[in-house]
Amino acid sequence: MATEHIDLNVKVVEMRDIVKKFGDFVANDGINLTVHKGEIHAILGENGAGKSTLMNQLYGMFPPTSGQILVHGKPVVLDNPQKAIREGIGMVHQHFMLVPPFTVTENIVLGMEPVKGIKLDMAKARQDVKEISERYGLSIDPDAKIEDISVGMQQRVEIRKALYRGAETLILDEPTASLTPQEITELIHIMHSLTADGKSIILITHKLKEIKASADYCTIIRLGKYIDTVKVADVTENDLASLMVGRKVTFSVEKPPMKAGDLVLDVKDLHGVDYRGVEILKGLSIQVHKGEILGIAGIDGNGQTEMVEIITGLRKATGGQVLVNGTDVVNKPPRFGFEHGVSSIPADRQRHGLVLDFSVAENMILQNYGQEPFSKKGILDQKAIGQYTQDAMEKYDIRPRDAVRKPARTLSGGNQQKVIIAREVNNDKDLLIAVNPTRGLDVGAIEYVHKYIIEQRNKGKAVLLVSFELDEIMSLSDRIDVIFDGKISGSMTGDQANEETLGMMMAGGKVQ
Amino acid sequence: MDNFINNLGILIYATLLYTAPLLYAAMGSCFSEVSGVVNIGIEGMMTVGAFTGATVAYFTGNPWLGFVCAGLAGMAFALLHGIATIQFGADQTISGTAINFLAPGVAIVTAKAIFNSSDTVPLDPSSKIPTLFAGVFSSGTPWSNFMKNVFSTYASTYLVFVVLVVVWFVFYKTRFGLRMRACGEHPLACQSLGINVHRTRMICVCLSGFLAGLGGACMTMATSNQFRPTSIVGQGFIAIAAVIFGKFRPQGAMIGCLLFGLCSGLRVVIGSSSLNISVQLLSMIPYVVTVIVLILFVGKSHVPAANGKPFVKTK
Amino acid sequence: MSKLEKILQSAFFRTIISILIGFAVGAIFLLIVNISPAEAYAKLFSSIFSNPKSLSYCVVYATPLIILGLSVAFSFRTGVFNIGAEGQFVVGSMAACVVGILVPAPPIVLPILCIAAAAAAGALWGIIVGFLKVKWGINEVLSMIMFNWIAFYLSNYIADLPIIKNEGNAEATKNVQEAAMILLPKSWIDSLGLCNSASWGILIAAILAVVVYIIIEKTSLGYSLKAVGFNRDAAEYGGINANRSVLIALAISGAMGGIAGATNLLGIGQRIAIFTAQESYGFQGIIAALIGASNPLGVFVGGLFYGAIKYGGSRLNIIGAPSEVVNVIMGTVIFLIAISHIFNFRLRKKKKGGDK
Repeated sequence: MATEHIDLNVKVVEMRDIVKKFGDFVANDGINLTVHKGEIHAILGENGAGKSTLMNQLYGMFPPTSGQILVHGKPVVLDNPQKAIREGIGMVHQHFMLVPPFTVTENIVLGMEPVKGIKLDMAKARQDVKEISERYGLSIDPDAKIEDISVGMQQRVEIRKALYRGAETLILDEPTASLTPQEITELIHIMHSLTADGKSIILITHKLKEIKASADYCTIIRLGKYIDTVKVADVTENDLASLMVGRKVTFSVEKPPMKAGDLVLDVKDLHGVDYRGVEILKGLSIQVHKGEILGIAGIDGNGQTEMVEIITGLRKATGGQVLVNGTDVVNKPPRFGFEHGVSSIPADRQRHGLVLDFSVAENMILQNYGQEPFSKKGILDQKAIGQYTQDAMEKYDIRPRDAVRKPARTLSGGNQQKVIIAREVNNDKDLLIAVNPTRGLDVGAIEYVHKYIIEQRNKGKAVLLVSFELDEIMSLSDRIDVIFDGKISGSMTGDQANEETLGMMMAGGKVQ
Repeated sequence: MDNFINNLGILIYATLLYTAPLLYAAMGSCFSEVSGVVNIGIEGMMTVGAFTGATVAYFTGNPWLGFVCAGLAGMAFALLHGIATIQFGADQTISGTAINFLAPGVAIVTAKAIFNSSDTVPLDPSSKIPTLFAGVFSSGTPWSNFMKNVFSTYASTYLVFVVLVVVWFVFYKTRFGLRMRACGEHPLACQSLGINVHRTRMICVCLSGFLAGLGGACMTMATSNQFRPTSIVGQGFIAIAAVIFGKFRPQGAMIGCLLFGLCSGLRVVIGSSSLNISVQLLSMIPYVVTVIVLILFVGKSHVPAANGKPFVKTK
Repeated sequence: MSKLEKILQSAFFRTIISILIGFAVGAIFLLIVNISPAEAYAKLFSSIFSNPKSLSYCVVYATPLIILGLSVAFSFRTGVFNIGAEGQFVVGSMAACVVGILVPAPPIVLPILCIAAAAAAGALWGIIVGFLKVKWGINEVLSMIMFNWIAFYLSNYIADLPIIKNEGNAEATKNVQEAAMILLPKSWIDSLGLCNSASWGILIAAILAVVVYIIIEKTSLGYSLKAVGFNRDAAEYGGINANRSVLIALAISGAMGGIAGATNLLGIGQRIAIFTAQESYGFQGIIAALIGASNPLGVFVGGLFYGAIKYGGSRLNIIGAPSEVVNVIMGTVIFLIAISHIFNFRLRKKKKGGDK
């Protein structure tokens, strides 16, 4: 740990007794935070605990309802980002704030563009960008367009954007969400070189391992309330987890041994293109049997999304076969695959999984609305639909129970996901595909989703799990295939898996 | 052959004459769409511009004053559209439709009040927008006829190309242009950098109304000499089509407008020729060509990512 | 929520407020152009309510607006914006007109043939636009506007063809055969004191309102169309053919646009003129749909309201007031409906969920 850089006499940021209400909902309830010069300070909490809300106030996205913010000991009012920037606060958002068709340089200078007269001075902008890059070893082509560079590179652009604005304190919101283990190591290295230069970093995360690896101090928030600030060196990961969740947590998932049965999904030499028409699947083959969970590990953008879209019929393949119980479903409409045994929990539940403006009941029959008992001779039977939904809500513990006729939009994220799971599991198909099934859910909901996935496997279903969370892949999968550059670059059984080997393979390295 | 040269001159003249109003409006549309606000109210803004220009010029005898007032009248209705869509998050298409209803209604009611007729009184040549090269080319030989035809067009036509260069410069070489384009792609990013998305979009929508108003004025102060309820019949929508065709770039929209101007020019030339083709069918050409052009080009067009989506500031 | 509060927050109440403000804005305009709003509005409403004849005129004016409103409302509910109702109306009218002039058929059969032809023509006009949308991704709003103009000139072209054109000097078609008309029996009209154009059209409009309600709310077809309208990606994921749905929605919408044209022609028009400018029926249908909040019953009422105002407005010339003030009022009304969520009347502070 780089504690030697910390100057405890300089408090760069202090937040005192911050309360933030949205209507009657209290997102932050009396939170305190002190960050010193040269320090990496982690903010730990579950999804929805109020971490991002807290940081958005520090970055001036919205003002606190009450409480005080001090920068270098001086009280400040930060009611827009420009003021925060002026106070030396920079933020790298979890969802990058980059304009995809713009170049790296344009994105970095946007909002603080150098001008010569009335004309943009792009030459100076490029020069400034280059200087910052060299200083912190963040090399990147200043004229590349954002939409053409990798997620890791985009993150570097975001960091440089903050530095260009003269940030002294850098807020990183879940910075490792879509990075490989190797990229994470590099990021931690960059963070340390920044603190060595006297910058301070606030790291928002729910990943304990990264806190242990990088942070000096950690402030824990639970349900909007301040819990504690600890010196990271003095605590274990389990201590942090208990503080975060408020009870003892077990990380292991109960999973009885299973013998894999007949082949259900057989993907052979699959080729496909992405939305730009660039080939992204380059001869991918996987197999999933009854009673097993195959985990697909890989970094976003290596073809896993397109693979799932092809299997579920949302995208055309340019070559290869997808056999489900022996029937080729490639280049057939989604309904064909569904009828031949494919069900799926899509990655984006609000885009693909649910019609948010439909009621929960209407969402429950998304594939079956035209069949008995839900409709007879083209007329919907609302009573049957309502009863079916009520039963499912009891069985899968979807809340609130009286939401049968309410829009799915009104449910929480976890309950929305339960609706999808209820629907897909009720469909009772041989193959269940789950893509990032726990993204954005809190710990309770994650446990629930994991339980159902394992239950499907135990019932003898074939499960294909695609996830960017390595922990999830490792704890659930019977076998793991690593996807890299549109192909499977390596395989192992679930119990052999370890993070280093997987990480290496995910980055395209070969394992001897 | 002489006849051909003569007709060619007329064709170029007519093409430019019909292109100018479209191009003003198309540049207006570019501003609005690129900043993220769909503006189908361009048509209505052209209509009030057409009326205001002809009316002010009639009473003051000063065409340029009329021209500027036309822009301001268009801008007033753009302001309404901006307040509804940007400030209050109204559906942009519905708001635009309302403008297209409201603006001609206001124009005609006012016309009836002032002129006791839905048409304005025809302008004297001195109150119309001047032609720059009147009398420079004499008629006589086929080629001098040709030159005379081509260059007998109005100052507003030359001006539109000057404005185009300025607009292009603003789009791609200035701070405002960069920010405006960013607002249409990723408004949240702009907000996080301290750019006032609402203000930027409001300025762009107002500019779109101003330019649309100028386009309307071209129709009543240059192409013809009075406002009638039928002065603006779909030009606003064609301008929007030209913008989509031109991939939301002013220079691309120019090519689209020239194409549609050419279609209208052909209608004039063929219509006045001895060819016996139905006027109705000829009048259909610009609209049919618009559809065909959209089929051929729209798929490759990059639509600003946040176009049409209201941006709600986080509080 | 108290009952009063419910009323204050209802779409109906907001619409009423919008209409009132619309009239206020119209009044301001009348003042500006030096006409007494009181006198003008008195004339407007007295023309509407003076006798059964004028009331029946209002219904006649309202009929096409209701049907077009239903067409637009149906499109709104299924996620497309049928700004092309104008063109569908025009091609529908023309199709009905051609059949009504040229096809020899007895009464009852002939109007049905005319209406069927109009529905087919309107549906075709909708499907073309739908096809451009699903095949090439062309924004339907834009292509519909183009097809409105194409329909306009096409209608003018056909009306000018010798076989159809009026033998006299009128720039219009011949009249359709008497057998094609859907007027109420003369004896009814006389005994009730209705206008001569009173027709079965309003019954057709009522039937269509019920049909639209059933399709949207009760059928699996409606389910799939709405699913695509709300969230195309999820609908496709659920196995619904989204492109097919868009085509079906536009075909149904277009057919209604065409039927509106036919009822207007067979009720009051009897022939089609060669126009110099669009009649803007389609846009008026959009207003009816917006006033009725895209709900079939609401559209029926909204259409009646608009029809009445339109009829009343047409009588304003008598006192020298411009009838276009109706356009100003109606334009203001939709503009206000578009932003009506800001009229958020609350009796007390209400709970509001966090948006984070």
